[in-house]
Amino acid sequence: MLYNSRMEIRDVEKLAELARIEIPDEEKAEFVKNLGSILGYVDIIKNAAVEGIKPEVGELRNVAREDEARDFDDRQKLISAFPDSDGDYLKVKKIL
Amino acid sequence: MDLKDLTIEQAHEAMKEGVFTSRELTQAYLDAIAKKNENIFAFIEVFDDALAQADKADEIFKSGKATLLTGIPFGIKDNILIDGKKASAASKILENYTASYDATVIKILKESGAVFLGRTNMDDSAMGSSTQTSYYGITKNPLDESRVPGGSSGGSAAAVAANMSLVALGTETCGSVRQPAAFCGLVGLKPTYGALSRNGLIAMGSSLDQPAPLTKTVRESEIIFQALAKHDPMDATSVPESLRENPIKGIKRIGVPRSFFAKGLDKEVERNFNESVEKLKNAGYEIVDLEMPELEYSRAVYYIIMPAEVSTNLSRVDGIRYGLSLEGKDLLEVYEKSRGQGFGKEVRRRILLGTYILSHGYYDAYYNKALLLRDKITGEIKKAFELVDLIMTPTVPTPAFKIGEKLDDPVAMYLCDIFSAPANLSGIPAVALPSGKTEDGLPLSIQFMAPHFCEDRLFDIGKKFETML
Repeated sequence: MLYNSRMEIRDVEKLAELARIEIPDEEKAEFVKNLGSILGYVDIIKNAAVEGIKPEVGELRNVAREDEARDFDDRQKLISAFPDSDGDYLKVKKIL
Repeated sequence: MDLKDLTIEQAHEAMKEGVFTSRELTQAYLDAIAKKNENIFAFIEVFDDALAQADKADEIFKSGKATLLTGIPFGIKDNILIDGKKASAASKILENYTASYDATVIKILKESGAVFLGRTNMDDSAMGSSTQTSYYGITKNPLDESRVPGGSSGGSAAAVAANMSLVALGTETCGSVRQPAAFCGLVGLKPTYGALSRNGLIAMGSSLDQPAPLTKTVRESEIIFQALAKHDPMDATSVPESLRENPIKGIKRIGVPRSFFAKGLDKEVERNFNESVEKLKNAGYEIVDLEMPELEYSRAVYYIIMPAEVSTNLSRVDGIRYGLSLEGKDLLEVYEKSRGQGFGKEVRRRILLGTYILSHGYYDAYYNKALLLRDKITGEIKKAFELVDLIMTPTVPTPAFKIGEKLDDPVAMYLCDIFSAPANLSGIPAVALPSGKTEDGLPLSIQFMAPHFCEDRLFDIGKKFETML
């Protein structure tokens, strides 16, 4: 298993890209420091023994259900929250 | 009207007997808000229909159908949806978001005729332990204005402590109600996971979140809990009534996991905790020392699972369907700008951390290992309850800290959660109770934890402990 609490600017940039979050340059160094210290702290789990615990089904598990379409009481309320729309359609910027 | 010592039951009797109306009661709180809110900043917004809601409550009293919560003024944390009202989780990205439906807990309160005074301040997206990360500004602790009220439900706690609301709703992910209750001298109840519906809460950590009441007395927490603890098909993890086992049991033995909090405890917190233990001993309870070595991992496990769930939950807030949407040359830039400028710094930090923890190559080392340890911690807690009826700890390791402290040091801030994490990780209920004051007059607090769905034990011990102060 891989543990790595050492972060660099390019790691923060990569994470920001994956998370779709713009991070201003002046904050990047601060994030490197913060994330490093948090990961340094949570690394104590490295030494914790977990033998004998079944990894497949934990005490907690996801609760799933059939994906059923249901009508919302007042769809206009949802439409009016759209930042940009064309009639009842949600309008977004081009992808490429 | 004396708002300082007023309780739900006293207000109910007074409204029933016609001593005062819900309108008069609501007006008294609105007056208090008008006087104090500019300074304390417990409320982000005061609802302009509060008196109209009170008039409806007065009608219910006239019809003879009033229940204990009819006409009772509530402050509602800004991450709980009320249809037609703004709900922003004190975040810039949702500043202009108007809720399109009622959270289930709100629906229940509306049916009983409760009055919503306004939405209370909190840490941005419920991430913080001091209500200093709110987009709208900090909330002050009404008991010492140079100090924080705790967080993330700091506005709800300050509102009740400053008599700007009779009671309030907050939410818990890891101590976000118990810790502000401790800092503001209140009772804070974290219900069993699955007891209250999460439907209509702005999600933070879905396997941890619960709505939670903040009150001055244990009985009031009990009243609110009993009204809201109902199975809800809209919340997939809401537990059906038939599975809410609650064996009625007299409390005899209280467990204290001393080795868990031997380090880093404030001296006055420690002295007060020991005094509280003595009081309970004198009242005839048996105090049992517990060895719970796995609890040591609970904060680290929490700070892995929570950011993982945060980064997943908040991916829906992307500037496309609601909330802040900033211009970009393409879709990607709309996401990046809206999320980058809309989320506060602590929120961005946790999203990046969660993204890292869930990323390829680190998932097993962090997230999967944390899940295993979560099971182990839960197992250790369940085993402890074979020996004892309740587990007791301080609620927080220190009294309320100064405004500005710990803001630049996330790890120091996270350490506030030491005694909170076990209950949220294992899903058990816990209550924070006022237990005295420091020499400087700051409130101190102890916490009791009970097995799943044994809130009754918390109310029982809480009411008895109130008489020992």
